[in-house]
Amino acid sequence: MARALINVPPKSKRGDVIEIKTLISHVMETGFRPDPTGKPIPRDIITDFVCKYNGEEIFRAELFPAIGANPFISFFTVATASGTLAFEWAGDNGFVATESVDITVE
Amino acid sequence: MTRCAALVLVTALLGPPALAAEIPLTERKSGYDFMSRETRAMQDDETANPGMLWVLDGEALWTRKDGAAAQSCADCHGDARTSMKGVAARYPAFDAVRGRPIDLEQRINICRADKQRATPFAPESKDLLALAAFVGRQSRGMPVEIADDERIKPFLQAGRDMFHQRQGQLNLSCAQCHDDNWGQKLAGAPIPQGQATGYPLYRLEWQTLGSLQRRLRNCLFGMRAISYPFGAPENVDLELYLMWRARGMPFEAPAVRP
Repeated sequence: MARALINVPPKSKRGDVIEIKTLISHVMETGFRPDPTGKPIPRDIITDFVCKYNGEEIFRAELFPAIGANPFISFFTVATASGTLAFEWAGDNGFVATESVDITVE
Repeated sequence: MTRCAALVLVTALLGPPALAAEIPLTERKSGYDFMSRETRAMQDDETANPGMLWVLDGEALWTRKDGAAAQSCADCHGDARTSMKGVAARYPAFDAVRGRPIDLEQRINICRADKQRATPFAPESKDLLALAAFVGRQSRGMPVEIADDERIKPFLQAGRDMFHQRQGQLNLSCAQCHDDNWGQKLAGAPIPQGQATGYPLYRLEWQTLGSLQRRLRNCLFGMRAISYPFGAPENVDLELYLMWRARGMPFEAPAVRP
């Protein structure tokens, strides 16, 4: 299973702009490289990343072969309410990884 | 031309004297100090340091029962946060059974073969690096300390000799770059002192975690010398010398390097 690291401020004030940082383990094989015998290594990348804040989509990214291994994605949002931030990465060969973090907004 | 000027010219042509002095203890710098602000920030933030992904894997492996003995690392060693504190900063260490120093990866594989009775991990395999990173993480910030042991002296000397030995088609020694010319540039990148305090580390160029032996093999390849296979005694002797050379410096595993 893919490992992921999420960094969200555990507590914030309503209306604060908060930074969310995510890191996930993935080889991000481009599909352009040959293996030692000369055959191309098939593409294996994460293609989509979505973050939902209490069920509402607040951030989405499409990923492409030029993005390096173990993608680090960071973005900002406004802390509106306490609840859950849910993250989902999806990619080639049926790759899916999910992670969720609780956030407290005072 | 006076004789003195001629001598100066000859010296300039031949380069500095071949015998390099070791870097004084107070002038030693980790590779960290040569990195950009952004790469340093990546190493310092444990949620941005990709090496931590391996640490998490290693933590899971630590408690996984494996092999014919159905033992986990934790069954013998308990909580790694206490039992492994400072351990990685003391390796390579002398192994009485083998009569020579062994590095941390070898120690993990010996434990695996003898105690767990499982197949040893392949060099540079994900699981071996994960365990080494997890054990290494427990020594982060602690000083590197190679035991003052009479038995390791000949191996330390062998490592020191190798460090100063010119080799390969470029006829270079490690010391020519890392003792004499650190801080200068090689192909646009700063030459570090070769203080091996952060292994296993995440190299952005590799896009993965790698061991010190992988780095040494890379260096020898760059010198167009023959690199030694993983686990070869020559590699371990050199590792031993490098860690002795970095004695007292803070251990950084899992570090990030460009």
